This record gives sequence, C-alpha cells and structure tokens, in this order.
Amino acid sequence: MARLIRTEKEVEGRYEEVWLVVEEDVLQQWPAGARTIVGQPAVRMDGFERARGEAVYTADLKLPGMLHTAVLRCPFAHARVARIDLGPALAMPGVHAAVGPGDSPVLQEECGYQGTAVAAVCADTYAQARAAVAAIDVDWEQLDVLLDPDEAIARKQLVGEPRERSRGDLEAGLAEADVVVEGEYRTQVVLHNSMETHQSVVQWVGDTLEVYISTQYIWGVREELAEALGLPGDKVRVICHYMGGGFGSKNGADDYTYIAIELATRTHRPVRCALTRREENLVTGNRNATIQRLTIGARADGTLTALGGEYVNATGWDGWSSPVEGPMQQLYSCPNVKTTTYAAKINQPPMKAFRAPGFVEGTFGLESLIDVLAAKLGIDPLELRRKNYAGQDPSDDRPYSGKNLLECYRRAEPHWERRHDVRARSTDTVKRGVGMASQIWYGGGGPPSYAWIRVGSDGRATVVTAMQDIGTGTKTAMAQIAAEELGIPLEHVTVSIGDSARGPFASISAGSSTTPSMGPAVRAAAADAKRQILEIAAQRNNLEERVLDIKGGNVVSADGNLDEPLEQVVGLLESAQILGKGARGPNPTGMHVLTFGVQVAEVAVDVETGEVWVDRIAAVHDVGRVINPLGAESQIEGGIIQGIGHTLSEHRLNDPRSGRILTTSLDAYKLPTIADVPEIVSELIDAPDEQLTNLGSKGLGEPPIIPTAAAIANAIRDATGAEVHELPISREEMLRALREAKERDPAGAPAGV
Amino acid sequence: MPELNVNDHVYELRVEVGTTLAEALRDELSLTGTKIACGEGHCGACTVLVDGAPTLSCITLVHTVGKAKVTTIEGLRDHPMIAAFVRSDALQCGFCTPGQIVSAVALVDATPAPSTDEIRHAMAGNLCRCGAYPKIEEAIRTWRD
Repeated sequence: MARLIRTEKEVEGRYEEVWLVVEEDVLQQWPAGARTIVGQPAVRMDGFERARGEAVYTADLKLPGMLHTAVLRCPFAHARVARIDLGPALAMPGVHAAVGPGDSPVLQEECGYQGTAVAAVCADTYAQARAAVAAIDVDWEQLDVLLDPDEAIARKQLVGEPRERSRGDLEAGLAEADVVVEGEYRTQVVLHNSMETHQSVVQWVGDTLEVYISTQYIWGVREELAEALGLPGDKVRVICHYMGGGFGSKNGADDYTYIAIELATRTHRPVRCALTRREENLVTGNRNATIQRLTIGARADGTLTALGGEYVNATGWDGWSSPVEGPMQQLYSCPNVKTTTYAAKINQPPMKAFRAPGFVEGTFGLESLIDVLAAKLGIDPLELRRKNYAGQDPSDDRPYSGKNLLECYRRAEPHWERRHDVRARSTDTVKRGVGMASQIWYGGGGPPSYAWIRVGSDGRATVVTAMQDIGTGTKTAMAQIAAEELGIPLEHVTVSIGDSARGPFASISAGSSTTPSMGPAVRAAAADAKRQILEIAAQRNNLEERVLDIKGGNVVSADGNLDEPLEQVVGLLESAQILGKGARGPNPTGMHVLTFGVQVAEVAVDVETGEVWVDRIAAVHDVGRVINPLGAESQIEGGIIQGIGHTLSEHRLNDPRSGRILTTSLDAYKLPTIADVPEIVSELIDAPDEQLTNLGSKGLGEPPIIPTAAAIANAIRDATGAEVHELPISREEMLRALREAKERDPAGAPAGV
Repeated sequence: MPELNVNDHVYELRVEVGTTLAEALRDELSLTGTKIACGEGHCGACTVLVDGAPTLSCITLVHTVGKAKVTTIEGLRDHPMIAAFVRSDALQCGFCTPGQIVSAVALVDATPAPSTDEIRHAMAGNLCRCGAYPKIEEAIRTWRD
C-alpha cells in the first residue's frame, strides 16, 4: 500500500527533506551469501553489442535531415561581448540558423570563464558549422581575472555561504591534546574526460520534444527541460540507450542541449550539438581544486581529541561547494570537531560532481595527516585508525544501518603486514613502502524508483524501467535480481532501459545510487509477477500457492509432485502476459546509510629523480550485498585506476596570469594508460545491510576512488619519510617533499636527496 | 573520387579532400563501430587496421589510404577477441572498446601469445577512462581460451 512520508534524500552528500509516496517494502531479504544468480559473477548482458560496435551511442545517431552545431565560446577567462554580428555566419555555405546572446538563456554576453557559450550555428555538416562560427564578427572586452581562491574569499566573492559544522569545543580539544599536528594540503583540478563527449540530438515530433542525450539521469533531464520550456513532462522524451561514461559530469541538460533545442525549434530539423574533446575539457565540469588547512589533536594513547579544518573549494564561476570536510566530520570518533568550508568564485570553468566529490580530496588531506600523527605518537597507523573507530555517526550520533569497517581493517591486515618485506627490498636510490587509508562515503540510494516486469507465455521476462546504464553494468545487475526472484535462468531475462517514454521513473546514476535504488524496485516487480504466476499454477494444479515455488525455471511443489517448466505453466496464456510492478521502499529512518573500506598501497620512489611507481593496491570495501562480483571487481579496479591518475599524473593547468586553460587535449592532460596499472587486489565484505531494503545492497561506483591518493601518499611517507602535500605528486612535488624531509631530519632522510 | 576497401567490400566515396578515414567510415559508410573520442590522435578510440597495421583513423586522411585494405570492428565481429573481452569484463561504458579490440587483434596477429610487457606496450595508446585495463590485459592473455 502506498503511503506518504517525510524523509531525507541524499545524493552525493547533499541531503534534502522531501515528501515521498513510497510503497511498502514487504519482501524479506535473502539470507546472506551468494545465491543461484545474485552473488555469482555474470558477464555484462550488453557486452557483445558494445564490443562489436553495434551499440548506438548518442554520438552514433544520425536522424534524417539532422543538422550539426558548432558553438562560439569565450576564449578569455573573463570578458564581455562588446559587439557581435551573426550576419557573416549566416551567409556561409550550408548554414541554416545562428543564435547569439538573448536567444537562449545559455548564450551569454558576460563570460565569467573561458568556454562560456556565446553563440552557435547549425549547418548541414559540422565542418560548415565550425567555419561559420569562425566567421562570426565579435569584439571582446577583456575584464580583470580573479584566479586565487584565497583572494576570492578575502574579497567575499563566494559561491553560496560558507559552511560551518561544529561539535564540542575545538579549542578545548586541542588544549587537552598531548600531540597536535598541522598540515596544509592542496589538490588540483581534475577533468572527467568521459570517452564519449557531452552531446545531444534533439528533434520535435509533433508537440513532443525528443532528446537523445549521453546522460546519467534520463528523468532529471526530462524534468529540467519540461520546466525550462514550460512543457508537460510527457511532452519531453529523453532517450539514452548507451552512454560512453559520465563520472558525475552528465547529470543535467547543459548548454549544448539548450542550444540544440533552440536551433531545432528555429529550423524544424533534428539538430546535433556535440562537444569536441577540447570543449569537453573546458566546460563540462571538473573536480575543483581544494586547499585544506588541517589540525589534529590527540592524547598520547592515540585517542583523538580535536579535528579542525579550514577548507577552500576553488569552485569556479559556478557550481556548488563539495563536502570536502565530510571525512573529517564523519570518519573518526572525536568529540571536538570544527570545519569551515568556503567555495571561492573565480574566473575558471564551473565544477561538477566527480566520482565522490569532496570526499576524494578530503580523504587525501585527513588521512595523510592521520599518518603524520601516527608517526609522531609512535603508534601503528592501522591501530590508530582502529582506536578512533566510530560506532555511530560522530557528526550527529545516529546509528549506521550497517558498518563493517572493522572487518575491512581485519581483512587488510595481511596486506599491511607486507610492509616489512616491501621496505626490505629498498635500495640506496629506490625506496619502497606501504601506506593505508580508510574510506567513508554515501551510496545508500533511495526512493522513488520503479520497475515493471512482464512475463510472456514462453516463461521469459523483460524488466522495463527508464534508467540508464552508464557503464557500471547496472543493466546486468537488474537482470540478475529479476532472474533470482523469479527463479528463472539469467538468459531468460531481458532488460529494457533508456527511454523516458517507455518505462517508469528511475534513479539517477550518480552517488553510487543506481543499484541500491533500482535493485529493490526490480526485485519487488519480479516478486509481484511471481506471485501471479504461482496463483495460476495453483489453480491449474489444484494446489495451494504457499506450497509452490519457481526454481531453475520450473514451477515446483514442496512435496516434489509438481515439477513443470514455467513455459508450460504459463504457456496457456498465448499472447496474454503477466505484468508485475515494483517500487523502491524507504531508507531506514534515523540511520545513516554509508559505505566503508580501506586500501593498502605499495610504492617505490626513486629519490634521485622523484619518480613514483605504484606497485600494488589492495582494496577491501563494504557495500552490503554484492549482486555481481565480476562487475564489482571492475568497478573497484576502475576507481583505483582513476585514483592513481588523480594522485600521480592528472592536472588541469592554466596560465597563472590570463587564467586560460592549457590542458584541453589528451596529450597535455595525462590520463592513466594500461602501462600505469599496478597489481590490484580487490575484496568485498559482501554482508547484506540488514536495515536497508529488500536487498541490503549499497553502491560501489564511488568508494574505490576515495582512499587511493591518501594510501599512496602514506606509502611514500613510509618509504622515504617525505610528506607530500599536493596532488598530483609530480616529480617536483616529490623532490620538494624529499628536500623538506632532509631538512627536518638530516640523518633520517634517504641517501641521494 | 577514391575507392575504399573496407572489410573486403569496395566502396566508391564522394567526399571532400581533407575528410578523415574516421569521418568517411562513420558519416559516409555508417560504420559507427569506429568511435571518435578526441579527434586528434591521442586516445586510440578510432583505431582501425590498414593492411593489418593499427591506424588512428581520425588523423588519417581518407584520400591517402589508396588501395590498402581497411578492417574495422565491424569486420572483426566474429573474432575470438570479442568474446574474450566480454568474458573478462574488459569493458565498462564500451566507447573505447572497439578501438581496444582492433589494437588487440593487431597485436595477437603478430604475436599470438604476448607477454604482459608486450600487451602493455601495444595497448598503451588506447585510453580507457573507466579503467578496464586489468581486464583488457586478461582478455588479451586468454583470447584463445
């Protein structure tokens, strides 16, 4: 039965109170452990079409009469359009329409960052559109640029109000401490660089706007555009069958979609607006740079007495203030904590969520300084973390729905023990060491989310829901859940997703929320269909429903007398179908649903050149029940590899005077390659969160990237005694840290520095 | 107007000088399995075989291909490397995957049992932002299984 509740909804650390109509989640969780299908490795069901190049991404779509768009973007970090004439562009060959400031809310005269969209042209070919954009007659008035986030804060040029979070008394906690450590940590701007750039193809079909878009949130784009255009939601159809990566950057409609809509409206033609790689690396968001000024106080036995953080998000011209203070607030039990987080508004492209926004950056600072503290106290870093374990959420004393961090620590022990052998393999110039870091993050998902399921007279099932699979393998996980509940082989389940006109509301694929949001709805839909099938079987065989079940594709009775293939039982339906529906139930009230983990990194550092190699990373994560161990392992590996890029090579650079971005191509911006990958050992606790839904599953998309940087930095410290304070750990930063270590302790520093 | 031999079929093309092989394949022949992710030869997503050699089609002008035989992912649809990628979960979003597979096929054509170093050397030009690399390595190691 549906009911109305007031509940908290969380996406990537941002909570809001919302009214929700939820349906009761009456199903009991399956017992812990792998089942026939759920918990067993499954190859992704759309693997062949993706591998063979048959999958049609937005980038591959060619609609009849489709026009191509090029966008005029501001080449300066801060400028005003003094004069613009679209006339020369309209006179160019193949051009159908041109739009400029005033024609669409995303086309602007005031440009606060390089890449701000100013005008756009659509033409028969992209080359024609690009040539026409180059012909636009525009005069720019360059304005003063503000790039230093500290200066922006001093001038009170902020994105939103500063965020203060405090418990206890920080000063009293520091006074109580036997040891106080301080550190300033800086993290760089990192670019998402999804392989498929941001793009849309839009067309009007009658009074309905069809939007094909590479997106993480079909329903979010639908609602956003319906509101912006004043259309009923059902007159906006959003379609995304396959998409080439998002990592947090593809949650909205964005400028290219609005531009395509305006041009499609004017030309009565389908219009594509696809960003180039270089545009992608300017305007589609980024993990913003941070400055973290941290203080930790502890008693001699390692008990934390004070945690203080002044955080600066270099947010850019727009965006939101990511929860960079989250790990300090939530990871450890500590009575006195005070953090202040500023979001500096500077003349740089706006940030967007990027795989665990804030927590990746904040974990680097906090967990690096925790190891400095451990060294100063002479306490083993693993023991120090255990000692300050939080049994309930330290920020508001709420219980956790489930937390197995201590079990993660226990399973990390064999990896941590390797440090003695690893260190022993050091040479005069190549030092080796091992470091660890903990992980905390959200990932519980939530309502609303819905799924339908239909079972045909052949006994096969199709799950229908308007979600998207951004490459995490959600589609496969949903098929596994449906097959498990229905008791049929995995090959007998199809999943239909990717179209807001052809399925109910589905969750965003962000915040590690897709599986925990969608999975319970799919299971509920399958259970609804199964109940109807068993009713039919009971009537056919003059048995009671409660003695019947479906196993291995057969309808069976408890006494074994009935054992009939499902397709025979439902075969009499001919073209009739069994339809099931399911909804995501609420999250447990008054509890925090969080994910936990720990990673242990092994590194080698050449103390003469500053080169750092990551040799091995062991990851142990707790995300509740695991649906697909194969896909889960891929998520862990992918997260760690992105984390290694973030730690060692990726750096969006700008010119410090003009603010112009220097690294928009993939030769300048250093993504990890296959040659950069260390040995990765991944382990999952795989214990259902007993308080959470009918599945007990949480999300795994983000957790693995969170502790990687800190674990590597701590391993470097273990190897060399040098404390790195800045990401990426370039050779310059490594050599600086080695010199600093030598000045601090001339006897203890490695030779060669 | 050039002729182009793609997957053992000869096409007559009507494209302007300056058109890249990737554009010709995707826009003229609708062979969209070949992806363009950077358009400037940095990422490997557009890799095709030209007379068996892995080639970045986004920075190859179609008029320079001549009579060479072009093999795209569509021409490799039954190659065991595809099943190996799926079996090993060597893809996530899948956008770089056709290019990865074309590069991997070129590698094993020349070196049927490549070492880890050989795999890493041959595949280092194919970027995968999802980080499927460990599984790509496994797929290439086990492609004949």
